[in-house]
Amino acid sequence: MSIPHLLVHNRLDNVGVVVVEGVEAGMELLAVVTEDDSDFTITTCHDVPIGHKIALTDLADGDTAIKYGVDIGRVVADTGKGEHVHTHNLKTKRW
Amino acid sequence: MTTNGTFYGYRRENGRVGIRNHVAILPVDDISNAACEAVANNIHGTMALPHAYGRLQFGEDLDLHFRTMIGTGSNPNVAACVVIGIEPDWTRVIADGIAATGKPTASFSIERHGDINIIAAASRQAKEFVHMTSGLQREPCNVSELWIAAKCGESDTTTGLASCPAVGNMYDTWVPEGIYGCFGETTEITGAEHICAARAATPEIGEKFLRTWQAYQDEVVEPYKTSDLSDSQPTKGNIAGGLTTIEEKALGNLEKIGKKVSYIDVLEPAEAPTSGPGLYFMDTSSAAAECNTIQAAAGYVVHCFPTGQGNICGNPIMPVIKVTGNPRTVRTMGEHIDVDVSGVVRREMTIPQAGQALMDMIIQTANGRLTAAEALGHNEFIMTKLYRSA
Repeated sequence: MSIPHLLVHNRLDNVGVVVVEGVEAGMELLAVVTEDDSDFTITTCHDVPIGHKIALTDLADGDTAIKYGVDIGRVVADTGKGEHVHTHNLKTKRW
Repeated sequence: MTTNGTFYGYRRENGRVGIRNHVAILPVDDISNAACEAVANNIHGTMALPHAYGRLQFGEDLDLHFRTMIGTGSNPNVAACVVIGIEPDWTRVIADGIAATGKPTASFSIERHGDINIIAAASRQAKEFVHMTSGLQREPCNVSELWIAAKCGESDTTTGLASCPAVGNMYDTWVPEGIYGCFGETTEITGAEHICAARAATPEIGEKFLRTWQAYQDEVVEPYKTSDLSDSQPTKGNIAGGLTTIEEKALGNLEKIGKKVSYIDVLEPAEAPTSGPGLYFMDTSSAAAECNTIQAAAGYVVHCFPTGQGNICGNPIMPVIKVTGNPRTVRTMGEHIDVDVSGVVRREMTIPQAGQALMDMIIQTANGRLTAAEALGHNEFIMTKLYRSA
């Protein structure tokens, strides 16, 4: 298998993690779901640093971000599929 | 290399096995640091453990101070211990606690003698301890005799993908063999506390964990937070590495306890486990050096430390093994890394292979290989303090 650009923990997740350096806007990324080794491709809209997340589906303000198959916080700005997800559009529900 | 289940360690008077052979010069209090450092400077093969506290503490906070001091001196990686305090009473409490392990222990107090006389007397004693302990021979020990703690730091999204699961695989493999394990980081379980509670061996232990976690929220976070904790948890390094929320950080953190093992008790800070072999949760700060210090004081002899962005901390008496799955961290600060599991994010390495690489490194470290943190001189010894002194 080619080296993936993006890893997704769980099939329920709506965000994935960039795991290579040099991801730039417009690139088609190979994504692998680690729980079952399935793969898919997705095009990113932004330059995204290694370790940062992108949306796997369109996310609306108020939606819940899912990673590891679990709630990791509230989406606070509409975010399109392939866009960078971080502190500008995702907040904790805890404090 | 594969592990064969044995390593060469130091068997101590109380039956515990150490993997280092330190002569520690332990100050009871902050104002005795100078004498301890002078002794360590005089006598090669000794190590002073200066710290910031030990005066005017009271109640639960004083209990934790004594527990941390006695536990540090009692750790099997310490072959012998010289205790120096300003006055004799608390000095004796700590020295007697350490001597109960059977290891060579001596104590000195400075009042009515002065630094210079005490440094001379303690240096003579420390020199004798070096002669007594430097000739001790390592002997074959079983992996099951290891006490292995874990804590992650400067985490990022790769820690949840690679380095924490490697530690979890180690616990899944070796806890059934009879090791003692330990994880903590009470605040950093926030967002995954329900999952953590479900990993307790019994519902009662899970309830005990939840009470500990809730107490931290009620007694520390709520009274002292300003707006929220988002400027501290996740840390700036976590955020630079791609972690956005405490929930996301907690879920990655919890990968350290693997998929199969359950924890069998919840420990107070620096409390030695007493329920037999198995995995324990300890109520700790999430700050690396504080957590490591009280895990060592509980008797753990080696530490597995997954990092994403590159936390560089070590511990003076307990070797800290750094594991990373972040290829950029391997490239930019590889001198801090003992186990490179970045192959996991390239899908070139499986989690069991990453766990095996870590277990091989634990064996090598137990046999005497210095970790990156040891070679680089990272000796962070940081007490946990519960509240202001009297």
